[in-house]
Amino acid sequence: MAELALALLLVGLGPAGAVWPQPQLVRESPGRCRLSPGRFRFGYARSSAVGPGCAVLDQAFRRYWRLLRDAGPRTPEDTRPWEPLCAELLVSVATPHCDGFPDMDSVESYKLSTSEDLSLLSSESVWGALRGLETFSQLVWRDEDGTFYLNKTDIVDFPRFAHRGLLLDTSRHYLPLRAILETLDVMAYNKFNVFHWHIVDDPSFPYESAAFPELSRKGAYNPATHVYTLNDVKLVIEYARLRGIRVISEFDTPGHTLSWGPGAPGLLTPCYAGLIPSGAYGPVNPILNTTYQFMTEFFREVSTVFPDFYLHLGGDEVDFTCWRSNPEIQAFMQQMGFGQDYAKLESFYIQRLLDIISSYGKGYVVWQEVFDNGVKVKPDTIIHVWRENAGPYQQEVAQVTKAGYRALLSAPWYLNRISYGQDWQTAYQVEPLEFEGSLEQKELVIGGEACMWGEYVDVTNLTPRLWPRAGAIAERLWSNKTVTDLQDAYIRLADFRCMLLRRGIQAQPLFTGYCDAEYSGL
Amino acid sequence: MQGQRRAMEPARLFLGLLCASAALAASSLHQRPPQPELLLEEEEPELGESPSGSLWPLPRSLRILPGQLQLAPARFQLVHGPGSTAGPGCALLQDAFRRYYEYIFGYSKWQNRGQRPLPTGTELLQLQVVIGSKDSECENYPNISSNEAYQLSVTEPVAVLRAEKVWGALRGLETFSQLVYEDDYGSFLINESEITDYPRFAHRGILLDTSRHFLPLKSILTNLDAMAFNKFNVLHWHIVDDHSFPYQSATFPDLSGKGSYSYDHIYTPTDVRLVIDYARLRGIRVIPEFDSPGHTQSWGKGQKDLLTPCFNGEHRSGSYGPVNPILNTTYHFMTDLFKEISGVFPDAYIHLGGDEVDFTCWKSNPDVTEFMKQQGFGIDYAKLESYYIQKILDIVSSANKGYIVWQEVFDKGVKIKPDTIVEVWIGTLYTAELSRVTGAGFTTILAAPWYLDYISYGQDWKKYYSVEPLNFPGCEKQKKLVIGGEACLWGEFVDATNLTPRLWPRASAVGERLWSSKNVTNIRDAYNRLVKHRCRMLR
Repeated sequence: MAELALALLLVGLGPAGAVWPQPQLVRESPGRCRLSPGRFRFGYARSSAVGPGCAVLDQAFRRYWRLLRDAGPRTPEDTRPWEPLCAELLVSVATPHCDGFPDMDSVESYKLSTSEDLSLLSSESVWGALRGLETFSQLVWRDEDGTFYLNKTDIVDFPRFAHRGLLLDTSRHYLPLRAILETLDVMAYNKFNVFHWHIVDDPSFPYESAAFPELSRKGAYNPATHVYTLNDVKLVIEYARLRGIRVISEFDTPGHTLSWGPGAPGLLTPCYAGLIPSGAYGPVNPILNTTYQFMTEFFREVSTVFPDFYLHLGGDEVDFTCWRSNPEIQAFMQQMGFGQDYAKLESFYIQRLLDIISSYGKGYVVWQEVFDNGVKVKPDTIIHVWRENAGPYQQEVAQVTKAGYRALLSAPWYLNRISYGQDWQTAYQVEPLEFEGSLEQKELVIGGEACMWGEYVDVTNLTPRLWPRAGAIAERLWSNKTVTDLQDAYIRLADFRCMLLRRGIQAQPLFTGYCDAEYSGL
Repeated sequence: MQGQRRAMEPARLFLGLLCASAALAASSLHQRPPQPELLLEEEEPELGESPSGSLWPLPRSLRILPGQLQLAPARFQLVHGPGSTAGPGCALLQDAFRRYYEYIFGYSKWQNRGQRPLPTGTELLQLQVVIGSKDSECENYPNISSNEAYQLSVTEPVAVLRAEKVWGALRGLETFSQLVYEDDYGSFLINESEITDYPRFAHRGILLDTSRHFLPLKSILTNLDAMAFNKFNVLHWHIVDDHSFPYQSATFPDLSGKGSYSYDHIYTPTDVRLVIDYARLRGIRVIPEFDSPGHTQSWGKGQKDLLTPCFNGEHRSGSYGPVNPILNTTYHFMTDLFKEISGVFPDAYIHLGGDEVDFTCWKSNPDVTEFMKQQGFGIDYAKLESYYIQKILDIVSSANKGYIVWQEVFDKGVKIKPDTIVEVWIGTLYTAELSRVTGAGFTTILAAPWYLDYISYGQDWKKYYSVEPLNFPGCEKQKKLVIGGEACLWGEFVDATNLTPRLWPRASAVGERLWSSKNVTNIRDAYNRLVKHRCRMLR
C-alpha cells in the first residue's frame, strides 16, 4: 500500500520535469527559477537564421505562451521573491527555411538548455524548434502554492523514427473540422508528425472534389454539412504545417469505394446475379478506359491539393466476388491471360494507378496487400503493415524490408479496438524492430502509425478514446529504444494526461486518481 | 462487480506499475475477461425504419395511425388539462413543460416558423396533461412504489396525457417528445397515436462511482438528463470508496477534508441537495451507497481509529484494513454518520455495500483475535463480518431507513430484515444467485450482466439487451421479487472525459430491458430505434 500511495501522490502533484515522449538525453542540474507566465518571453536568438516573420515560429511562440498563461489560476507573483525569475527562451534555427512543408527528411532534432538567465533552444530546422518548444512547455511545473518553476536542465533530443503517424477515418463517421484540428494540436503535444487522413471509404465520400463535385454531392452522408470543402482541407494542411505535421491523404481503391459510385457513374463494377446485373456494385471497374481517365483527372487534383510528396493509395481488402460475377470482366481476364487469378486483375489496376501517380511526381504508400499480391511497385514505395491475423506482423515486416521496401507499422496499434483495463501498456510494449532481419532491413522501418478507424467512433468519443492511449505509441516512435520502464511510463503518462486536461483536451484516465484540473468542457 | 475485480485492484495497480505481464495476468482473473466479441463478426445491420419510429424504450402498448398533425412552435402549448389535480402550482410539471418544449423545438434554428395558420384539421395545438389522483405527489420524492403509468392520446386538435401521478406524466412527456419529428421542410409533425404505458420493473438504476474518479457536478446532472430520456428512475450514487471520500459530512468534516482527492474534489451539502432536487424533478430517486466495512481506506484518513490497524507479527505494520468491528467508538461514529446521511438523502433506502471484505488484516490484529475468542467466533471471520453488518443494519433501521446490500451479505448468512433488498452483482452464475436470494424470500436487484465499465470492441449493447432478468429457475412468486436492475459504471477507468460516451447509448439497452415488455427482443428493430434515439440524445 505504501508504494501505491506514493504512486498516486506523484500522479496528483506531477513530477517536476517529466516529459512525454521521453527525450533522448536529459540532464538536470541543481538550480531553478520561477517562471511568471505573464512576463515570460519567447524570442529569436541573434544567431538564428530565421527571425520575426517566420510564421511557423511566431505562431508557435504565441501558442506556447498562451498554454503557459492558461496553465492554472493566477497566484500572487512575489510569494518567493528570493528565488530568481526565469528570463526568456531564445530560439536559434540554423537553416533559413520557414515557409515550406515538413517532409520525410525534415530534421526534428533540437537542443534545449534552461537556466535562470537565459534558456536556449537550438535546432537545425524550424521543425526541430517546434519539438523543442513542446518539450520546454512540459518542463514547467508548479509547486503546491501554484508558483511555476523551471529546473536547470539540458536536453538533447531527436526522434527515433521519421514517420510517426496517426490515422483518422472520416468516412465511417464524419468528423467536424474542429475535431480534426484539436487532434492535430494533441499530436503536436505528443510529437507525432504525420496525419494520415483516411478521408473516404465505403460508407461516405466527404471530400469535396473540384473536378468531380458529384462525388461528395451524392456520396457524402449530407452534401451540405458532412463534407470537407477545399478550404477545409487547406485549413487542415496549414494548421498541421504550423505544428510540423504532414498530411497524407488516403483515397483507397479499388476496394472500399462504394461511396464513390453514386457520383461517378460507370466507375464501379456492376455485380451480376447469374446473367443479369444484381443492382449491387463491387470494386472499381478495372477493365474500362474511362476508369483510368477518371483516376487520372481525380488524382491530378488530389496531387495538387495535398502538398506532401506521398499519397496513400490504399489497395487493401479487395473482394473478388463481384468481379467474378461480371461476364465482361471474365472476358477481359481471358483476353489478358489472367486465367482465374483475380489478384492479377487487381495488380493490373494498381499498376496503372501507380503509373498515374508517378506521372505527377508523387510517391506512394500502400497497404500491405499490394506487396503481398506481388504488384510491381517503385523502389521508393512505402508498405503499410496492418494485418493482425495474417501471421505475426513481424514476419510481414521482415518480408517487406527483405524485398528492399520501406515499411510502416500499424498492425499492433489499432486503437479503435478497445478492451477493459490499461491497454496502453500493450501498445507501449511493441518494439517495431523486433523481427528477423539484417541491420539494413531494420533501417527500412521508417516508423508507424496509430490507427483510429471510425466504425464506432465519432466526435462524441474520439478524443477520450485516442488520448492518452495514442501517447504510448508516440513515445515508442520518438524515444530511445531503451525507454521501456512501464512504471516510469505510467507516472509520466498519467501526468501528461493531466497536462492535456489543463490544455482543455478530453483525455481519459489511465487508472484511478485525479488531476488538479478536471475536464470541465462538457 | 466489485468482486474479484475490485479486490484485485490495489494489487493490480501495483503490478501494473511494475510489470505489464503481471497486470495482464491479473486482468485475466476478471470474471469476464475482455475479449473481442463474437458479435463483431455479424454483418453490419442495415439501418431501416422501425414501425415504432424512434421510441425508446418501447411503450407497452402502442398504436400509431397514419394521420399526421403539425405542431407550430409559436402556438403549441404544454398545459394542465381540465380536471387535473395538478395545476400551475406544481413546479415539477411547470419545469417539465418548459424542458420538453425545448427538447421538442429548441434545437431547431427556425424559431419563427409556424406563424401562418395551418389548414384546420391538421394542427396539434396542445398537449394537455391530466393528473387523475387526488394526490398528484407533485411535492413528493419518487419512491420504490411510485406510479409511473400513463396514457397518451394524440388526436386533433389536442393531445391528452393522463397519469395518476406526476411521475407517470414525466414518463409520458418523454414519450410525447419522442413522437415528434421534423420533416424535410422543417415542419414538426406527430402521428395520431394511442399509447398505454407502464414500467415492467420498478427499480431501473444507473450506478455512478465518484470515488475512483471524482465526477464534477455537471457530469452527474447531464447523466440525470440522459437517465430521464431513457426512463431510468434510480441514481445509485456510489459516493465513497477506498480511493477518495468526496462526500462532505457536516458531522465529520474531516472525512472529506482529509479523505478527498483535493479540496476541489468534494460534494458539499449544497451539491448533494442539488443532485437530489434535479433528480426529483425528473422522477429519479437518489440512493447513496456508503460501503462498509471494506472499501473504506479513504475513511481512515479523517477518522482516527475507525479502521483496523494491520499487524506484521507483533507490531503494527502501518497499514489499515476494513472498519474495526470490535470497538464501541466505531458504532458511535456509524450511528452519527448514518443519522446525518438519513437526513440528507430523502430516499427510504440506503445502500450499505458490504461487499468484498478482506479478512487478512483482521486476522493479523491481536485485539481482533482476542475479540473473536471472547465472542466464540472461533476462526470464522465471516461471523465477525456478520456481527458488524448486523449492528450497522440496526443503526440504519433505527434511522427508519430500508437498506440495499451487495449479495455477499446474504451469501454469508447475515441476519437481515425481510424487506432488505439484495443486489446481485457477481457475474458468474448470477441466475443461480437470483434463485437463492428470491427463494429465501428477499427482494432483489440485478446488476451482474450490466457492468458497463467492462468495455469490448463492437456492438456490446446487444449483449446487455439480450439479458432476460427473470430467466432463472424459480416460481412465479420468486420472479415477483426481482424489482429491477442497475447498469453499473464503475470508475477505475472513467471520469468526466469519457463518462457520457461510455454510458450512452449502451445503458439505453438496459433501460429498455427494464421498462418494456418481456417480448420486446427484436435486435434489428431495436437497432433502428436506438440509432435515432442516440441522434436525439446528441441534440
